[in-house]
Amino acid sequence: MLVLEGLHLRAGDFRLTADLTVPKGAAVAVMGPSGGGKSTLLSAIAGFLAPAAGRILWAGRDLVPLAPAARPVGILFQDNNLFPHLTALQNVALGLRPSLRPTEAERDRAEAALAQVGLAGLGKRYPAELSGGQQSRVALARLLVQERPLVLMDEPFAALGPALRAEMLALTRQTLMARGATLLLVTHDPGDARALADLILPVVEGRAHPPRPAAALLDDPPPALRAYLG
Amino acid sequence: MRAGGGLGAADLAALRFTLTQAALSALFACALAIPLARALARRDFPGRGAFVMLLGAPFLLPTIVAVMGLLALFGRGGLLNGALAALGLPPVSIYGLHGVVLAHVFLNLPLATRLLLLGWSAIPAERFRLAASLGAPVGALIERPMLRATLPGAFAAIFALCLTSFAVALILGGGPRATTLELALYQAIRFEADFAAAASLALLQYALCGAAALAAWRLARAPLTGAGLGRPVERWDAQGAGLRLLDALIIAAGVLFVILPLALVLLRGLDGLAEMPPSVRGAAGRSLLVALAATAIALGLALALALRGGPLAEGAGALPLAASSLVLGTGLLLLIRPHLPLQAAALPVAALLDGLLALPFALRALRPALREAEARHGRLATALGITGWRRLRILILPLARPALGFAGGLAAALSAGSLGAIALYAGEGQATLPLLMARLMGAYRMEAAAGVALLLLALAFGLFAVFDLWGRGGRHARA
Repeated sequence: MLVLEGLHLRAGDFRLTADLTVPKGAAVAVMGPSGGGKSTLLSAIAGFLAPAAGRILWAGRDLVPLAPAARPVGILFQDNNLFPHLTALQNVALGLRPSLRPTEAERDRAEAALAQVGLAGLGKRYPAELSGGQQSRVALARLLVQERPLVLMDEPFAALGPALRAEMLALTRQTLMARGATLLLVTHDPGDARALADLILPVVEGRAHPPRPAAALLDDPPPALRAYLG
Repeated sequence: MRAGGGLGAADLAALRFTLTQAALSALFACALAIPLARALARRDFPGRGAFVMLLGAPFLLPTIVAVMGLLALFGRGGLLNGALAALGLPPVSIYGLHGVVLAHVFLNLPLATRLLLLGWSAIPAERFRLAASLGAPVGALIERPMLRATLPGAFAAIFALCLTSFAVALILGGGPRATTLELALYQAIRFEADFAAAASLALLQYALCGAAALAAWRLARAPLTGAGLGRPVERWDAQGAGLRLLDALIIAAGVLFVILPLALVLLRGLDGLAEMPPSVRGAAGRSLLVALAATAIALGLALALALRGGPLAEGAGALPLAASSLVLGTGLLLLIRPHLPLQAAALPVAALLDGLLALPFALRALRPALREAEARHGRLATALGITGWRRLRILILPLARPALGFAGGLAAALSAGSLGAIALYAGEGQATLPLLMARLMGAYRMEAAAGVALLLLALAFGLFAVFDLWGRGGRHARA
């Protein structure tokens, strides 16, 4: 269970408050207008932005004092999710241990994760030798080996076409979610939210609202979200 | 002449000469660079790219090799005097103020041209189109404002470089009327063992160069080398046959002025290879060793400063710009002399000083690369727990490899070609290639010196090429 308790975030002039709970194992779409604070919220949970006040609790433990890598959190950014000078396998293996020389066992796990996302045998390729969809799959494979219970995705598939994006979301659901991970996914697309998410967490006008069932919210959005959804 | 380390009349004359030659050199280099850069900015021709690249070479060219080339062209037995003698005219001398200025113009005209060319290529092509459609005067409207913004920086940079040049003054200057502060400093230590005088000369030189370097650093923000200088833009104001001919002549003269002395070095060097003294082997080994050590020092310091970042690191990195090898060498000499025989310290001191002097350039090449690696991949690395030394090894070094190769090449070539502190320290059997060349030229063994020049040229550019190629070999440019 993720609890944001009296959380106040400040980035420059921008302010965001959050007081909410996300149940364990839920797939949550974080939605709201651009500049509303979705990325800021994810940054704080991942540990890149120290809160001005409040606590971020996971399974009862406050994450705020922990360094990003020490949190039970895996994250995919909007872009630059792979190191261009490392092979797909090395990129995946970095999810196990920050080293360029994985052990035999670590290699096997990385290979298995690559196979799981449909990239069996492509471990020796560099990111530039992979298509955009394949690059996303490598990043997903790294999330799989990381085995972090809380996964944050900041529009990671936004650069892909609609069909590929749907495919990646389905794959995310099949692999990550099947293992019981809790997912916060920033998306602009109501279709994505419907396809993947159980809950929607609206972030509007400097406030992150408690998550509500996706279908109900999309069918009857509150006024602030209605303007955004159109 | 000197009273207890104070400045005598000879020192004031040296100060005057130093300022005069630097000002004249910068003035001529900039004035000649204007038409050359303008011609290059508005004309395309086969080999333009190669010529623009060649304009970056004198930065790496060992100064003493350049002087050798000029001597082959303008010296006593050079081409010019040969032609004059054939016409029954009296010979001209390259020694003295005009020789020093000529050498500095040769060394810095390419730099001035590149700086101005950068200014020209920064003007958006649309502006020339707009001016053409309005029938507006391009010179007054577009070019003169650009020159007003660019020339002070170019002048200041070259002025500062000419203040510290030692090899040119050593070979072409000298005597009461053509001695620079650097040369006076060298003579005070080497021939008069007057360390008090040397200390005050070094202080004076440091203050002078500090002021000049500060001005240059503030005025000139463009990189000294390496920047891509794009294609010429289409121009509607320079289509006439007369202007075309003028530009062609200017470019031809520029090519000749830059290439002829170098070609002569190559030509005479080939003849001179057989005349090289046996000591050349040891000198080459020492040059290589010093260059590699200097490169390691420059890269290590540049990495540390660039990783630390902030204004303090930036200031520390720029500090060596104000110093010259001789000034730093003098300071170290005063420190070391009571404890160690100078000759024992000669090579380590040379490597240390060369490394320090290359630091600002290495830092300039490295900083943007490191910044970009952090900006693009820093958060991912942090999220994966890649920190500390691991971050350097896994993320920073591989991604900064091209910049590391380029910076290493610069440092190695600059060090291999430098004739500075080593001249103060080295004993008989301790010469590096530049010092060996200077000694051979001092003994009028020009054939042998030309052979060594060729070897030195090959070493300096070879080192640069090896480092730069290594830098380009990585997987950096992908994705």
